Amino acid sequence: MTETKTTETTQAAQAAPEASTTTPAPPADPAHPAELDALPAFSGWAAKMPYLRDSKAKRRRKVMRSLKEAIIRSGLTDGDTISFHHHFREGDKVILQVVSQLAELGLENLTLASSSLNNCHAGLVEYIRSGVIGRIYTSGMRGELARQISAGGLLQHPVTIHSHGGRAALMETGELKPKVAFLGVSACDEYGNANGFTGRAHCGSLGYARTDAQYAEQVILLTEQIVDYPNTPASIRQDQVDFVVEVDEVGDPSRINVGAVRNTKNPRDLLIARRAAAVMEFGGYFEDGFSMQTGSGGAATATTLYLKDRMERAGIKAAWALGGITGTLASLHEQGLVGRLLDVQSFDAGAAESLATSPAHTEISAAEYASPLAKACCVDELDMVILSALEIDLKFNVNVLTGSDGLMMGASGGHCDTAAGAKLVIVVAPLIRSRIPTVVEKVSTLITPGDNVDVLVTDYGIAVNPRSVGVAERLRAAGLKPTTIGDLYEQALKICGKPRQIERGDEIVGIVRYRDGSVIDTVRNVPSA
Amino acid sequence: MRIVRAAVAGSLESSDALVKVAPNDELEVDIQSTVMGQYGDAITTVVNETLEKLGVTEGFVSVDDKGALDFAIRARVQGAVFRGSDEQPDWSRL
Repeated sequence: MTETKTTETTQAAQAAPEASTTTPAPPADPAHPAELDALPAFSGWAAKMPYLRDSKAKRRRKVMRSLKEAIIRSGLTDGDTISFHHHFREGDKVILQVVSQLAELGLENLTLASSSLNNCHAGLVEYIRSGVIGRIYTSGMRGELARQISAGGLLQHPVTIHSHGGRAALMETGELKPKVAFLGVSACDEYGNANGFTGRAHCGSLGYARTDAQYAEQVILLTEQIVDYPNTPASIRQDQVDFVVEVDEVGDPSRINVGAVRNTKNPRDLLIARRAAAVMEFGGYFEDGFSMQTGSGGAATATTLYLKDRMERAGIKAAWALGGITGTLASLHEQGLVGRLLDVQSFDAGAAESLATSPAHTEISAAEYASPLAKACCVDELDMVILSALEIDLKFNVNVLTGSDGLMMGASGGHCDTAAGAKLVIVVAPLIRSRIPTVVEKVSTLITPGDNVDVLVTDYGIAVNPRSVGVAERLRAAGLKPTTIGDLYEQALKICGKPRQIERGDEIVGIVRYRDGSVIDTVRNVPSA
Repeated sequence: MRIVRAAVAGSLESSDALVKVAPNDELEVDIQSTVMGQYGDAITTVVNETLEKLGVTEGFVSVDDKGALDFAIRARVQGAVFRGSDEQPDWSRL
């Protein structure tokens, strides 16, 4: 078919669509169809894949001698997007290793898209200053990096803050299109089959990394060890991986459960956790076969322990738990109290070990976990979720990003994703943290809308959102004496005094995206930081 | 009360304050706080009031506050001054 004819057909199709589908134009010469000319002729079984002739070359073709070589081979250029996972949390050793190499290669103005950033990434400030990093997409940030960005004047463009589900959605819509995903794994084979529980440094689930492996144009695996083929089950698969590089270290798994996902012995956190477990029992969804997630934060993770006693006493088992899986949840699973674990991120060694050994403990990707654009996601089937808050206001809106000093110091995480999906959303937080009230008139940064929050559990009392029909009555019937959020607000003010508003500048340093990609809030700089 | 030796009270734990006192010719008060932006005025007021009630008119007083509530700040300032002085406090004024 010639070009002219194609045009004619198109025009005909526009004029009379029925005619074009019923009477296709016959080929000019049935013995020589045009599509045949466009196809290459066979020229030998390995003509296009010469490495197949050599069993050694076949095996080694993806394995690069150095990170530098892999970066050069990837074709990464100025202005491209690079992506990372944060499964090692505070123990991550990939991001700075890669970025310093990119700086050495003279690359500039890159967009750094990590599923999250932590205290350990303070070293990025230097590379932002020198122009290697021009933009950042992340779920959150902490420490010195967060302070310097929050102060303003560091980054040319505001940081995009997204939720875990929202990040997968940004990749699905194509707004976030990594040219290269640099994914740290403890071990993989030469073809790039990797999981988080072989090798030395086990991070457990590689759920966030899986979404990067799916959407990035190229995938470079940084591995501590190359193991025998096939390294199955593979979280990141050979058909997704372009290059494999052996490096000394990708992460320190002992630093996964420090910071936000620490185990608490703080009596105040334990008090809140105990109350939260009671709210879970009497909130209306505690029946055999329920599902749950406990987020990060001392009190949230500790709730699992108290819930266990209540489950045993009532003879009730959970069908599944989602998350953010902790060793505590894994032990409940092992004892048969939780049927299945859906694990997008393992919070400690216990969870990683369980993922490696239990067939009912499976890894899920960020998109499966929480993307509103995925064809289905797990958060939509949650019964109950326990979440943290830096601030919660009189309308139950929650901030988990900016601290009372106005600086970014947390992460959006799966907060708004799980809150949108779960039937009973319980926020746990101390009423006062170092004199700063958690309950405020209006949150300084909106992450999760109050429409999606049902109960606030604090050390000074429990408040139920008036929108949550029947919950307050059920808790009252169980003797829990819920109060109003207004009352908690007044209590906090009485104890702490009214805090003075932090002065903010005019520069927008953060754009907060809701999980569907819309802008739910912005963060302005704090000049005094 | 007259401060005759260096003394310390409190800790750097969250929600506490570390107060140090030392002899000095005039009264010098230095206040640092993790919540200076939100509660700086309130902290300064409670420190000055406490020193006044104790009758401290000279000495060096440093407060490193980690978000302590007023009652804790008051107690830490009193404690440091008691330890740094040989005089008995006038309890009726406190």
